[in-house]
This record gives sequence, C-alpha cells and structure tokens, in this order.
Amino acid sequence: MNVLLVDDEVEFVTTLAERLEIRGMTVRTAGDGEAGLAMVADDPPDFMVLDLMMPGIGGLETLKRVKASHPDIPVILLTGRGSTKEGIEGMRLGAFDYMMKPIDIDQLLKKLEEAAELKKD
Amino acid sequence: MLNKLKPAFWDHEDAAAGHYRRLFDFRSLWFQAVALTTFVVLLPLIFITIAEYTVTRKAAEDEILLRTSRFVSNTRRTVAFFLEERRFALEFIVRDNRYDAVSDPERLAVILDNLKRGLGGFSDLGVIDASGRQQTYVGPHNLEGKDYSGQDWFREVMEKGYYISDVFMGYRQTPHLVIAVRHNLPGDRFYVLRASVDLERFKRLLSQLEILGGGSAIIINREGILQTPCDQCGKSALEKVPFSVPEFAPHTRVLEESVAGETLVIGYAYLIDTPFILVAIKDKEALMQPWYHTRRQIIGFLGLSVFFILAVVVGMATYLVNNIYMADRRRVMALHEVEYSNKMASIGRMAAGVAHEINNPLQIIYEKAGLIKDFFTFKPEYKDDPRLLELVGSILTSVERCGAITKRVLSFARHQESALEPVRIKRILGDVLGFVDKEAAYRSITVTLDVDDDIPDFLSDRGKLQQIFLNLTNNAFSFIMEGGALTVKAERKNKRWVAVSFADTGPGIPAKNLERVFEPFFTTRSTKGGTGLGLSITYHLVQELGGKIKAESELGKGSTFIVTLPLDPGKKEA
Ligand SMILES: Nc1ncnc2c1ncn2[C@@H]1O[C@H](COP(=O)(O)OP(=O)(O)OP(=O)(O)O)[C@@H](O)[C@H]1O
Ligand SMILES: [Mg+2]
Repeated sequence: MNVLLVDDEVEFVTTLAERLEIRGMTVRTAGDGEAGLAMVADDPPDFMVLDLMMPGIGGLETLKRVKASHPDIPVILLTGRGSTKEGIEGMRLGAFDYMMKPIDIDQLLKKLEEAAELKKD
Repeated sequence: MLNKLKPAFWDHEDAAAGHYRRLFDFRSLWFQAVALTTFVVLLPLIFITIAEYTVTRKAAEDEILLRTSRFVSNTRRTVAFFLEERRFALEFIVRDNRYDAVSDPERLAVILDNLKRGLGGFSDLGVIDASGRQQTYVGPHNLEGKDYSGQDWFREVMEKGYYISDVFMGYRQTPHLVIAVRHNLPGDRFYVLRASVDLERFKRLLSQLEILGGGSAIIINREGILQTPCDQCGKSALEKVPFSVPEFAPHTRVLEESVAGETLVIGYAYLIDTPFILVAIKDKEALMQPWYHTRRQIIGFLGLSVFFILAVVVGMATYLVNNIYMADRRRVMALHEVEYSNKMASIGRMAAGVAHEINNPLQIIYEKAGLIKDFFTFKPEYKDDPRLLELVGSILTSVERCGAITKRVLSFARHQESALEPVRIKRILGDVLGFVDKEAAYRSITVTLDVDDDIPDFLSDRGKLQQIFLNLTNNAFSFIMEGGALTVKAERKNKRWVAVSFADTGPGIPAKNLERVFEPFFTTRSTKGGTGLGLSITYHLVQELGGKIKAESELGKGSTFIVTLPLDPGKKEA
C-alpha cells in the first residue's frame, strides 16, 4: 500500500510515516498542500492522509484539487481544531472520512482498511 | 388571597441594581402614580360636586322661602279682606240707617239677618250710645242695657273710629271676635255699632288655604296667643304658640326657628289695623324632602364615580408599573446574559487556544511514544524488556487522556457561536458528563447515561445544548451528597420530541421554590458563590431551541429537570 501523508508538522508526519512503514506500508510525506499535489501528480498514491490546517493553500483546497485530478484516491482528513464542521465540509467535497487529532494509529489503520475494501469493489 | 393580588414588583429587591436602587423603587413609583392621578382626577370632581351641592341646596331653600313668603302674602290679603269686608259692612249699615232705625230692635234684627245671609260669620249686633250703654241688642244673649263705658275697647273705638278685638271665648264658649265702628251724629253725639264675628268662617278660610300651602296657617295676636287652633303645633285656640312672637315688620317675612328639635320655617305678616299676626308654619324637613332625594343622588353618584375612578387608577397604575418592572427585569436579565455569555465565550476562546496549542505537541509525543511501542512490538531485540514497554504504555495512556481533554475543550469552545447542525444527543451528553467524571469518582457519585437508540441525529445548536446540559449537571453535582447518583436519560417521546431528564438524589426543592428556580437571581447557594443565573439562562437557551424545560422534585428524594427538545426545530410548538 502506497500512502501519502500531508502535514506541516514535520516531527509528526515523519514519525507517523515510520510507524506505518513498520507496518509494511510505503509512505511518502509532504509538508504542505503544494508539495503534496506535486507528489500526487508525479506518482499517485493509493491513499492520502491530509491535515486540514496547513500554511499555503490549506487542506480543503488541496483536497478539492486532488479530487479534481484523481477522484479515486481515498482521502482521510485530520483536523486539529475539534470542529466537525470542516470535517463534514471535507466529506462533502469527497473525502473518505475525517479524524480528530490526536489520532490513534489503530483507528487510522482501520479507516485505511475500510477505504481499501471500498476501493476493491 | 391578598398575596395573589399583589403585583410582581411589590416585593422586588433588585439584587443587581446596587446604588441605582432608588431609580427602580417600583413601589413608590406606583404610589406616586396613584396619588397624582387620583388627586388630579378627584379634585375637580369633588369640587364640582360640592359646588353643585351648595347651589342646589341654596336653590331648594330659596324656593321654600319664596313659596312661604308668597303664601303668607296671599293669605294675609285674604284674611285682611275678610276682616275689612265685615268692618265695611258695619260702616255701611251705620251710614245707611238713621240712628232711630238701628236702635229699633226689630229693624236691627232684620239687619243682622241680612248680614248673616249676605256675608256670614256674624252672630250678634248691638248699638251702644255715647255713654257706653248698650241701647239695643239682637243676638243669642240678653245684653241689653250692658254698660261698656269703662272698657278698653270702647275707649279705642271712640278714639280710632273702629275696633277689632282679639279672639276670646265669651259667653257662648266658642271663640269669636268683636268688630265695632263708631258713627258720628250731628252735634257732638255719636253711637257705636258692635258685632260679634263667629270664628268658624275664619277657620274654614284658613284651612282652605292650608291645603295649598303645605303647612299650617294660623293667626296669633301680638302676645302670641293663638286666635285659631294650630294643628301643626297641637294647640287649640287661645293657647300660647310654642315659638316666640316674631318682631314687627311692615311686610311679609320668613325666618327659621327650631322648636323641640324640629326646624320650622315661619312666615308671618302683621295685619295692619288689627291685633293679629298671620303666621304660616312649615316643617323644614318635610319641605326639604325632594332636595334630600337629590342630595342622596349626588352623594351616591359621587361615591360611585370615586370608586370607579380609584379602581381604574389603581388598575392602570398597577398594570403600567408592572410592565415597566417586567421590561426592567428583562433589561437587567439581558445585560447579565450578555455578560455571562461574553464571559463564557472568552473563557471558551482561551481554552480553545490553549487546547489547540497543546494538541500539536501532544500529537508528536503520542506518535513518538507510539513509535517506541512499535519498536517493541515489531523488533525482536527490544521485546525482552517488559519494563520499558510498560513505561511507554503509560506515556501513551496519559497522552490519550490529555487528548481526550483537549478534544472535549475544543469541541466545546468551537460551538459557542450559534448555528444549527446535525447533533447526536448521545455524544453531547457524553462530552458534558465527561467533564464531571473525575469529580464523580472522588465523591463516589454514580453517573448513569441512558440514551434510547431510536433517537435520530437532529438539527440543533450544539453549543447551546452543551451549555444547557452542563448547567443542569453542575446544579445536580452541587446538590448531590457523597455516594448519590445522577441519572441522565434521553428518550424519544414521539415523532417530534426528545426528552432529556437529569434526575439527582439531592435534597430536592421545596414546592414554594420550585416555581421560582428559573427566575434570574434566584439562588439558595448565594453563600457558596451561586449567582442564580444558571437555570434562568438554561431556560432561555431551551426556549431559543424551541424546547421546554420543567422541574420536578420530591423533598428529601431528589430533583428531576426535564428538557424537551424538538426533533425538527423549524416547526414550532406541538
Ligand atoms: N438539582 C437541584 N437540586 C436542588 N435544588 C436545585 C437544583 N437545581 C437548582 N436548584 C435550586 O435552584 C436554584 C437556582 O439554580 P441556578 O442554577 O439558577 O442558580 P445557582 O446554581 O444557585 O447559581 P449558579 O448557577 O450561578 O451557580 C438553586 O440555588 C437551588 O436552590
Ligand atoms: Mg447553577
């Protein structure tokens, strides 16, 4: 499985990436929306985990563009503000689901599995 | 009863008005309004009524005077005429007959007979010569030869030419009077013709007049001796009248005199050339009767008007002051609510800021610790040290706990601004009760949450719901004793309503307080920092959501607050 993590908190992304790699995934990370989009264009991942609060174009905008070019990549949103509003807005824009920070790796894995199931069908 | 009538502002003490208290002293405001309006309205009314009263009374009295006076004048004329008529008749006789004719008893008897037929009232007739001896007499008694020379009346008739006597009993024991005229003969000689006049005619005359007068007409002489009987004063002729003899006046006069507790209106006139005074006596009370009737009407009308005016004034004042009072309370309430929610909002914003700042480092700690744990799980070389694994485990649980708190604070703070969104009641209740988990554990309070499964997500305001539930939970927690319980239940009542109840095992609320707990500033916890705003704000929030809240309580067992919320907030009222 090929996962792209997009979050401006480098310490967080790199650690999360390492943990996912331990669990046998291929993980790439990006520090902001533009970098993420570039990677998607370069080599589309199977899944994408996207933080909503980022400098630059921001999470929702990034999501919109990814969905425009690659509608079949499931995107899981991370929100740090406890608001369900942005999460719901994201799901309206085509995100697979949203999670509130701090996230639990097991739950993230569960969401990824669900997304994989859905993708298979 | 009186307490029920008492308007709300009466016992008001504004806890929040401070030194502006005087500005909002509703009771004195009420008194001022009532006093001023009553004064302004009643003063002219009473003034006019008194004026009217005096004027009508004066008119009534004047009317009585006028009527009496007119009556007396008319009667005097009649009586004077009666006497004069008889005097003139005698004068006519002496002129028309020569002395030897009138002194002839037969001729005199014919004359008397003619008088009786023509004028009436005469009972005898006598001729007296200049020496005072009765020469001839016709009548019921044998008075021929009687000597009158020494008597007063004889002297008077010699001087004045005529004489009218007082009424006296005489031989016949019936009241009568005497009229005498003098007739001069050639030379210095003269004689006197004297007649007795029966008083029957007189009495009949007066009683006829009485009927018209509404009182009684009597004749007295100048000593106050009744010449005709007086029915009004219960005396017969020749007795003395019970009132003093009125002083001489050339014209008719009317005066008031009180006799034996009654006020009499006395009209009188002196009959010139006679010893008589004509008197009309009327009972003032009886005459004033029509006016008393009017007076009763005036007073009754005044009383009724005053009563209605007072009722309206008091009613209006109460209504208006109460409205001002209500408006003022709403104003104070609104001020406090704004203050309260501002406070809540800024606390919320601050908490959110802090939580957000902590969240990121927390996430990093969490991932790092997670990674360490992964090492132990996935890499065999670390697997053997259980102590380290345990340490990492406890870091992770602590971070999870912190995370739960920041999540809750964030979601709570986020929803201070109002907006309708789909809410899941179970989640909100869970969040709210989460805040008191620790306290519940310390004080061994059992908190039970029981939410029906058939409650759908519905559109509502998350922030408001949280605040409502939090207020109710906080109240319950401040009253539950150690080892008590709080049971929160959410039930679907029907298609359109959800009921959320908070039942505690606290001391309960006395019935007299139960209806007041939602009032702003009502608190029994003022010493422990209660503001009494919690439930009133809760009440308003519930109303804003289109719901209802009520309190039930059994003293000693606990209290239950039930919030009923609409599943569809667009449709108002059930
Ligand atoms: N669960 C309860 N059990 C018993 N009494 C209660 C309960 N809830 C409210 N009350 C009564 O209602 C009063 C008003 O409550 P309210 O929440 O408005 O104010 P408060 O709790 O006294 O003050 P604050 O909310 O500012 O802390 C309380 O003082 C108390 O007498
Ligand atoms: Mg309270």
